[in-house]
Amino acid sequence: MPFNLLVLACLAYVVFLFCVAFWVERRAYAGRFGWLRSPLVYTLSLSIYCTAWTFYGAVGYAARSGMEFLTIYLGPTLVFIGWWWVLRKLVRIGRKHRVTSIADLISSRFGKSNALGVVVTLMAVVATTPYIALQLQSVVLSFGVFSNAADSLDAGQTAIWVAGGLAVFTIIFGTRNLDAQEQHHGIVTAIAVEAVVKLVALLAVGIFVVWGLAGGVGAMLDRIDASELSAWTMQPGRWTGLIFLSAAAVICLPRMFQVMVVENADEGHLATASWAFPAYVLAMSLFIVPIAVIGLERLPDHANPDMFVLTLPLHEGQNALAMLAFLGGFSSATSMVIIEAIALSTMVSNHILVPGWLRLRPQAAVADDLRGVVLNARRLSIAAVMAMGYGYYQLSGGSAALASIGLIAFAGVAQFLPAMVGGIFWRGATKAGAMAGLLIGFVTWAYALFLPSFGPDAVLSASLLAEGPWGVTWLRPQALFGVAGMDPLIHAIFWSLMLNGTAFFVISVLTFPSPVERLQGAAFVNVFDEGSGAPRRWSRGEAEPEELLVMAQRILGDEEAQVLFESEARGQGKTQSLLPDPTPEFISTLEQRLAGSVGAATAHAMISQLVGGAAVSVGDLMALASESAERAEHSAQLEAQRAELARTAGALREVNEKLTRLSVQKDAFLSQISHELRTPMTSIRAFSEILAEGDLPPEMVARNGRIIHEETKRLTRLLDDLLDLSVLENGKVTLSLTLSNLRDMIDRAIQASEQVKPEREVVFRRDLMRENIFLRTDADRLTQVFINLISNARKYCEAEFPEIRINLRMRGGRVIIDVIDNGRGIPKDAQSTIFEKFTRLPEEGRAKGAGLGLAICREITENLGGTIAYLPGQGGAAFRLILPLRLDLGAQGQGG
Amino acid sequence: MGREVLLIEDEENIAEAIRFILTRDGWQVVHLAEGRGAARRAAELMPAVVILDTMLPGASGLEILAEMRSNLLTAHLPVVMLTAKSQPRDREAAERAGADRFLAKPFANADILAVVRELAAGRKTGLGPSGGAAVA
Repeated sequence: MPFNLLVLACLAYVVFLFCVAFWVERRAYAGRFGWLRSPLVYTLSLSIYCTAWTFYGAVGYAARSGMEFLTIYLGPTLVFIGWWWVLRKLVRIGRKHRVTSIADLISSRFGKSNALGVVVTLMAVVATTPYIALQLQSVVLSFGVFSNAADSLDAGQTAIWVAGGLAVFTIIFGTRNLDAQEQHHGIVTAIAVEAVVKLVALLAVGIFVVWGLAGGVGAMLDRIDASELSAWTMQPGRWTGLIFLSAAAVICLPRMFQVMVVENADEGHLATASWAFPAYVLAMSLFIVPIAVIGLERLPDHANPDMFVLTLPLHEGQNALAMLAFLGGFSSATSMVIIEAIALSTMVSNHILVPGWLRLRPQAAVADDLRGVVLNARRLSIAAVMAMGYGYYQLSGGSAALASIGLIAFAGVAQFLPAMVGGIFWRGATKAGAMAGLLIGFVTWAYALFLPSFGPDAVLSASLLAEGPWGVTWLRPQALFGVAGMDPLIHAIFWSLMLNGTAFFVISVLTFPSPVERLQGAAFVNVFDEGSGAPRRWSRGEAEPEELLVMAQRILGDEEAQVLFESEARGQGKTQSLLPDPTPEFISTLEQRLAGSVGAATAHAMISQLVGGAAVSVGDLMALASESAERAEHSAQLEAQRAELARTAGALREVNEKLTRLSVQKDAFLSQISHELRTPMTSIRAFSEILAEGDLPPEMVARNGRIIHEETKRLTRLLDDLLDLSVLENGKVTLSLTLSNLRDMIDRAIQASEQVKPEREVVFRRDLMRENIFLRTDADRLTQVFINLISNARKYCEAEFPEIRINLRMRGGRVIIDVIDNGRGIPKDAQSTIFEKFTRLPEEGRAKGAGLGLAICREITENLGGTIAYLPGQGGAAFRLILPLRLDLGAQGQGG
Repeated sequence: MGREVLLIEDEENIAEAIRFILTRDGWQVVHLAEGRGAARRAAELMPAVVILDTMLPGASGLEILAEMRSNLLTAHLPVVMLTAKSQPRDREAAERAGADRFLAKPFANADILAVVRELAAGRKTGLGPSGGAAVA
């Protein structure tokens, strides 16, 4: 089979995957999820458990050690069938706390400790980098099977092309969205497609072997009986150990956590996966033994059993089948590498790069564009993970050490098990315990299994392996504490997990959790008790809502942050302002949203900076320290009831205050009107008396006449405005609805506003294409609103080169129009009152307006079924107008 | 004693009218358009009469009056307050702050002239400003 054809098929397959991912991303972006969120896609994506190591290696494993390969499948099967309640809890916690990775889960659980996050991240990177190298090796090997000597295939070059291509694919589809909770639909679907390809490939080879070569099921069974495979002996200790190990790995592997918890769209999918995933795994393992037996029978002795899936069809001249098998193996390798890279890069960027960067520049939390920083950190991490995988592949030179690396990686990540499972089921677990367990387990694993795996004299000297360090025999890496003669793998698993679990338990019992740990512990362990919910973590503090908004915009993006704040503000019953009060509940919500982007520990640190340092007030700390966890829970319920009462009382008080305020406002209003009317009247009276006295020079007469005229006009305008306002406020306004072009209205308003400070050159930045829409509304009234807003900007924007931006976009049948100038904006304390009548800002006292313009704007927009609000955090003064595209007079009555 | 009147009023047209009326009668009018620094200006100038508007940008008329009254130099300067509001509450507040006279807007030209003449004369004859009852 020509080698070029193989490369071509490979490229075509990759392009196909690209297209699938692109198409799905676009669907998801448009909000059409449909089958994207089906349990089938979820189950198939779980199949990244089966890597190239299982695709090719299982046959080799069977050829060498008989049925033992089954343990690798039995572990996950047991977890999914028997222990799916553990998974359910993990998934629930993951969704509720917006967990982005396994490091994030452990760090969050133990008081949002970033130190733990860093440790878990480093462990995951060390344990799984060789695993990535193994995948690269399998792709290189499978290419090698096809190439003959003449092709002089450079293995290193193939590996670098594969690693580079995977890095590009992962960066493109893995870092499109920042919020890890927004999930990677494109990639997950591509992974699901690959899962189908590898299953079909393996089944096809198996069917060919059983019915094509062996001559049916009966004949096949006879041959298995006759082969040396049937002579294998079962070692119960090793079997138990391996089943346990693969069961732990399916929960602890970063890539499994990624697809199982982070990418989970619906908890219910677990129910399907609990039988469908074992079925998939069963199908994958069905033909392993037949392929191994027939391979041993038919292929020459020197043939590598790891490549039987490929070499058997090739040997029999079945080129198309071999090609399919090749794509199956390719799929297994690439899907694992992609997801592993995403999972690891999320950890590296969230726990190491971004916190480090924030530590170097603490002010950056609010000042810089963090979104870009996080995305770049993630891209960098993906490239680094790939580079490390490739580097490891080169260093190990594709040696035999790689063959066992799959199980070594399993044992490495299994060290997360005590901290993770202990953390979600045992409230007494503490950060110190988790840290101690993880470190001891990791060191033992490295010393007893990982480092010796490179072979004698590679990292650990042969003498150290044989006699122990400094001749201390009970410290021999493969016979710790004098336990010799054990299988090295089982020996290492036993000691590392034993020491890990013991340290975790003992130190947890001996240490006291901090209040944040205790709160997080309760929230994780009791995740299914909806009632108690996430405990109160933030005291009201000194958080400025505007600073919170600015920070949220940097991380979530302007649009999403504004939607979040707006909906919260509406939820709090605010109609004038888009900024909600920084209630503890809201800050917690915000923290969770940020956690989805930058990880819990970082989000916590950033919020603490704004809320005034301490996450929990001193009072909270004292109370928590003195109370047992159970009593804290009980008091939380009382607290909830008390809060309910306080809310009711608060509502009553508010109504009362509002009534009082209304009465005061009425007096103030009358006195304001009196002032506004008397001012022009004073000028008119004074000058007309002067005129009446006579004997003035003619130019003085003319001047006095002009002043009187000017002041009369002002009086008339004021009366007009007042009348207008009273009509609007009483809802007695008659609207004449027409279908009118928004752009024309804005054009008219700009023209009409030119008489305000005509000497000023104002630059308008508009999007004429978007403005070209038709609204069913009262065009004259709406134009009046634009005139008021634009005139205000002309009048008060103090920038040297004044600029007015008009942004526009649609959202669900409504149009959102922002009018923003480049001046200094409106001071924070005045933002809430500018829509009240007769409000003028202190500095603008000399302006002739009576302070009715914005009040009229508000009344008009409300009559037009819309809202107007001050848009904070834009630099200059900014107003957001939200209007319905089609105003329906029937519905309008409710608003007025 | 001087013939100077300090006028603190932010409405340009009203200020122009008062300046015209008083200048014709032989007074020198010094005009300030905002409240900031007005009390200090009064201490520098020591005018015969101060005419003070109630609603001013920078500092309110009441604040300026209180500041003047707390300074020994200006504590006894005669002050006329111009008020656009006829609410008794506002007048009480001004009275407490120590205004000598009130003129409600709109006022007759003759009234402001008479008040200025009267206050200036009162000071010349040595009658304390507190001697006169506040009339509008």
